[in-house]
Amino acid sequence: MYAYDDFDTQLVAERVAQFRGQVARRISGELSEDEFKPLRLQNGLYLQLHAYMLRVAIPYGTVSSTQMRQLGVIARRFDRGWGHFTTRQNIQFNWIKLEQAPDALAVLAEVGLHANQTSGNCIRNTTSDQFAGVAADEIEDPRVWCEIIRQWSTFHPEFAFLPRKFKIAVTGSPNDRAAVRVHDIGLRMVKNAQDEVGFEVIVGGGMGRTPIIGKTLRKFLPKQHLLSYLEAALRVYNRYGRRDNIYKARIKILVQELGIEAYRREVEEEWAAIKDGDLRLPAEAIAQIAAHFAPPHYPERPTRPAAFLEALRGNIDFARWHARNVAKHKQPGYAIVTISLKSEGQPPGDATAEQMDAVADLAERFSLGEIRVTHEQNLVLPHVAVADLPEVWRGLAAHGLASANIGLISDIIACPGLDYCALANARSIPLAQSIALRFNNWQRAERIGELKIKISGCINACGHHHVGHIGILGVDKAGQEFYQLTLGGSASDDAALGDLLGPSLDTEATVDAVDTLVETYLSLRQPEERFLDTYRRVGLAPFKEKVYAAH
Amino acid sequence: MPLIKNGEVVPEDWGYLSDEAPLPSTGAVFVSLARWQAERDTLRGRNQPIGVVLPNDADPKAIADDLPHLSAIALVFPKYTDGRAYSQARLLRERYGFSGQLRATGNVLRDQLLFMHRSGFDAYEIARPDAAEVFRAALAEMTLFHQPTGDGRATILQQRLARRLDNRSAA
Repeated sequence: MYAYDDFDTQLVAERVAQFRGQVARRISGELSEDEFKPLRLQNGLYLQLHAYMLRVAIPYGTVSSTQMRQLGVIARRFDRGWGHFTTRQNIQFNWIKLEQAPDALAVLAEVGLHANQTSGNCIRNTTSDQFAGVAADEIEDPRVWCEIIRQWSTFHPEFAFLPRKFKIAVTGSPNDRAAVRVHDIGLRMVKNAQDEVGFEVIVGGGMGRTPIIGKTLRKFLPKQHLLSYLEAALRVYNRYGRRDNIYKARIKILVQELGIEAYRREVEEEWAAIKDGDLRLPAEAIAQIAAHFAPPHYPERPTRPAAFLEALRGNIDFARWHARNVAKHKQPGYAIVTISLKSEGQPPGDATAEQMDAVADLAERFSLGEIRVTHEQNLVLPHVAVADLPEVWRGLAAHGLASANIGLISDIIACPGLDYCALANARSIPLAQSIALRFNNWQRAERIGELKIKISGCINACGHHHVGHIGILGVDKAGQEFYQLTLGGSASDDAALGDLLGPSLDTEATVDAVDTLVETYLSLRQPEERFLDTYRRVGLAPFKEKVYAAH
Repeated sequence: MPLIKNGEVVPEDWGYLSDEAPLPSTGAVFVSLARWQAERDTLRGRNQPIGVVLPNDADPKAIADDLPHLSAIALVFPKYTDGRAYSQARLLRERYGFSGQLRATGNVLRDQLLFMHRSGFDAYEIARPDAAEVFRAALAEMTLFHQPTGDGRATILQQRLARRLDNRSAA
């Protein structure tokens, strides 16, 4: 993991002091709310329906046991005892008092955490593959590059007031778990003909009210030029991105209006002027960051230990959990455990302070003190010995964290929705809970197989509904909560935007419609087909017919 | 409006000349980009300091060849949330080598001064009586920086690498 040195520590301390001053000037009235708003947003502080929300950065989703415990401290001391993990691998606390926010940041800074640039029209927290560094299918660990980007983008003076927010994601694996094609810039690590590793640069993807799959800006970018290329791409955006209309201010609109060729020409011209300047990364600098992410020492452990095999045979709950939540690790004798934050009745992505402590303890004992946050709002223990799996499972079960539903229909992404968010048209969390309840028979859920439902409470698409196999969008219809369904979206390497099913439905009809969609799929599917595969083969018509036949 | 240079309030010795106003025979004046482009030869021949107000949607390249004749350039922040002038400032300083006065005008607020300073500005119109104190306080808030911006400060990365070299030669 990346460990702060004295430079990082001092920088974060200076930022806390700076923000403390800004809050004091707001409270004294020296700063108007209009002047303060972008300042607090760049420190992750939103004004929501009921209170301030503090969004804490978890850079590229990697967090230590010590840091996780400190998040629990924040939940207890400054909030109501829980937090909400988000689709951008961050955590949000929903009940923060403005005057206490600087103290909360000081507590976070003690363990190298902060809320820098988790909001605002700046470069946001860079996201990545939750299996980075341990995935068997990986070319290289993308977190090295996420960290290099994190440092370059932190308090970048030129890009603090961009036309709109800017999100970068990096994947080191051909199997994209970081949704890089729906980011402002997505970076895929690839090898060229000479077997050198570099980046495919994808630009202009995004969701919101104008969902677009990103386009390839450059097929291969040598590593040492990453920052100069990003700086060129951002500079062109900062200068020419639209500022007249907030809904047309993201880079995707600039790329769409200019055309990818014209945007590329601008970027390449800018890049040619700076590529061999101060941003060119010396090999030694790359090595220095990479050393933080060197594979840990894995003590040798058995690949098929007897107690583990015994548990698989003798305990159906453990066996189900193992089949669903445990993934292949690149190191023999080890496994990757995904902890579901989607247990029945729980808002997706929520964790209590006690659960944070429990995960921190388990990670310390069984996962080299390391935890990951996934963009699907779950947690990961990345380095668990196969022999320890039964004990880890028992430890998780004791805290309501052993739901065996990763990738299944109840593993739903949902934004905070109208329960918290001032922008929402409709609630997301209760709908997610109703759907999970409808499909709470695990045999049925297993029969359905992989099915990704994603729910957003408004067109801003924080719940990624455009790329859900089934996407659900909350709309306001004469003051009532209604939902629009889309089918066939994907955030993976086969990225696609969902197709609109038909007129919106009320809450109860939405749950029924999901049921009907699932039954239609089960009646049409061929062997080995996931919902998405069947949909792509047969198209919208049979699903539409069934859902609206009843209405 | 107080003008800050080198951390101090200094007397304003520049005037803004509207496009219709006749050119005064003496004194430093800013003219619009349009007027500069239309009357370049006359303005150059005046032998008095001349500056251009560059709108924030203009390409600095448009005046790149004129820079030796310009004593000052004013960049505009119509709203402090409009960050285009940061890119213009860096291009003027780092790409085109402008070494005259680079002035921030418009909605210039305390909490953006450090970003402006790092991007190459060296003069600021700050609409408050305590402009000098505010400027000094804002610039002192941060002492470490990641980005090489041509302001001459060693980045954190450069400091890290230098420290490693020191350690190596000490060992």
